[in-house]
Amino acid sequence: MQFRLLNVRESSLKVEKKFKKVERNDMEKTFRPRAFWTLRGLLGATALGLLATASGQAFAADPIKIGVIAEAQAIAGASIPQAAQLAAEEINAKGGVDGRMIEIVTYDNHSSSADSVRAFQRAVNEDKVHAVISSYISEVVLALMPWASRLKTPFITPGAASNEIPLGVHKDYEKNKYTFHGYLTSASLAMSVCDAAKDLLVDQKHMKTAVIMSEDAAWTKPLDIGYEECLPKIGLKVLDHIRFSPDTTDFTPIFNKIEGAKPDVIITGISHVGVQPTVQWKNQQVPIPMLGISSQATNETFGKDTNNASDGVLYQGVSGPGVAVTPKSIPFAEGFKKKYGNYPSYAGYTSYDEVYYIADAIKRAGSTDADKVVDALEKTDWEGTIGRIQFYGKDDQFTHGLKYGKGLITGLMLQWQDGKQTSVWPKEVAKGQLKFPSFVKVTAN
Amino acid sequence: MLALQILIDGFAISALYALGATGFTLIFGVSGVLNLSHGAIMVLAAVAAWAAASVLHLNTYAGALIGVATALIAAFATYFAVVQPIQRSTRIPNEEKEIFVLTGTLLWGIMIQELIAYFFTNNAKTVLPIIEGVVNILGVRTPQNEIFTAVVCCLVIALLWLLVNRTRTGKAVLAASMNPRGVTLLGLELTNIYIVVWAIYGILAGIAGVLLGMFLGVSSYSVGPLTASAFSIVVLGGLGSVSGSLIAAFVVGYLETLTAYLVSPAYRTIPALLLLVIVMYIRPQGLLGRR
Repeated sequence: MQFRLLNVRESSLKVEKKFKKVERNDMEKTFRPRAFWTLRGLLGATALGLLATASGQAFAADPIKIGVIAEAQAIAGASIPQAAQLAAEEINAKGGVDGRMIEIVTYDNHSSSADSVRAFQRAVNEDKVHAVISSYISEVVLALMPWASRLKTPFITPGAASNEIPLGVHKDYEKNKYTFHGYLTSASLAMSVCDAAKDLLVDQKHMKTAVIMSEDAAWTKPLDIGYEECLPKIGLKVLDHIRFSPDTTDFTPIFNKIEGAKPDVIITGISHVGVQPTVQWKNQQVPIPMLGISSQATNETFGKDTNNASDGVLYQGVSGPGVAVTPKSIPFAEGFKKKYGNYPSYAGYTSYDEVYYIADAIKRAGSTDADKVVDALEKTDWEGTIGRIQFYGKDDQFTHGLKYGKGLITGLMLQWQDGKQTSVWPKEVAKGQLKFPSFVKVTAN
Repeated sequence: MLALQILIDGFAISALYALGATGFTLIFGVSGVLNLSHGAIMVLAAVAAWAAASVLHLNTYAGALIGVATALIAAFATYFAVVQPIQRSTRIPNEEKEIFVLTGTLLWGIMIQELIAYFFTNNAKTVLPIIEGVVNILGVRTPQNEIFTAVVCCLVIALLWLLVNRTRTGKAVLAASMNPRGVTLLGLELTNIYIVVWAIYGILAGIAGVLLGMFLGVSSYSVGPLTASAFSIVVLGGLGSVSGSLIAAFVVGYLETLTAYLVSPAYRTIPALLLLVIVMYIRPQGLLGRR
């Protein structure tokens, strides 16, 4: 390295001499020493840098760096860096991973794929992170996948749902094995919603019909296919299927159309929107209950943002305040609230778990080498806040997706009741019965 | 039934658009300023009203008042911190000042938008309606808040008409829009008239913002679309013409509502934009424009 730099210096001096022969003037006299000193300075700095890196490697207590790229300004995304930080502090308080501290480096991606890619490059190339946790938006995660491969960096999403993420890993395993799907796929989410709807709506309330209402985005395409498949199986006939643009602001025509179909329930698939449809549902007193995925409703701030128009909304979650999915769930939710003032969104739970099982994988791998960490992550068997975390293997079509099912992760159904999130399904963790505002008619048509 | 639904919903939306666009066109008519921070000021008003109620736990009326007051302050800040320094600058050539004002207000709007996103997240916020509940109008279940919105919008626009046509101050404003030099020759200070116009603008944008927050909800993402919709309504109606903007607001409002109900909510804004393009071809000065 140093030799090469010296050569560069020599050749540049040669060029300079040639230049001098052609044209001599006073400017050059001052120019030459300056260039000379700059080069010397550069050399010195490089040498110092090399020294620093070399000595850095000698310390075993070098921190393990995890980059967190998330939507810091969105209610679902804001919990991601916060929860990661909390997990890191807990691990560090207990002595870190074999004496190495965890350091979280956060980047706000402004919900943009382009910003996320830049942040990913910066995280790996400049900030030298060993793994990346990023985003609840499928489009962002799909944009980052090739970068995880190119820069050979283990990468986990705490909240994106598109089936394309694990399917992509399966299709080209060698290339895409660095990506892990730390949240349920849309297919699993649809199953979770249907499982809950069967117990709560079909068996308890004798409902027979539904309309699917979902935003037009990458994650809802497989979700809607899942809904179309499983709803009839549990006994809910799908009367209509409405997909709308995520930048819709006036939902009156949509609710109007849904009411026209006279369904017993609206099955939702919303994440980019949430506050506006919920408030308009209440203001217009749409008499049909809503149940399904509503990502914004998973964050405690949703109640305030909607002035409690959220009361009655049923949403799928992987965990929730006061729900002991595992012994770790409640301590985490309470610890989070104590530190940040509100309960986390769904992606907070997953992000917290991810820091823990990345640390666990690095410990088991005995190294931060990307390929070794990927191998260790594949063998993850970690009890987190959302259940028991294991990944589907290379031969499953959802490679590196979270395993769904009893004893692993099944998801919950929660309902906003009197301004609070209350779990209503499954029975083992239910804290209350279904409760709707007076304008909602809970009947079978 | 559907026709009545479209009639009612379209009216509320159109009235809101009209209120939002009136202030925008007034400023252009009187001082030649196209204020591209318009959407940001509206959103700011709604978020302030939300924060007053949700964070400070004030009642709905106090929240709404704080929202309007915030917009008023923001309007003055826009004028004194952005527009006036550019207009008075001796280093910017006169013919370039309009472009500087456009860029300045655009950047100002982005700054407000980012600040809102930073402090209150980019998620939508909704202001608690002053009147809750629904009434049944010939079978159409209509939120009372929607009727309230339409009534307030019409009332405020009527008051504005009275102010401009029946008061001394209003007549001075009107005169300034026709012949600024003439007004100064009559001994009126042009800056004072501008301050009055920006005050009127702030109040109008504030009321429109708070009502929008009650009716549909706003987020920092709404800033761009709100500025764009006010801009296209004003261009369609004829730059600087208040009555043209009112007509254009109802044309756009009903066109959007019809599309949303009869075609698909996803294509809501497209026909109105197509109409704008057509009008630009056939009648570049807009429906009632003078220049």
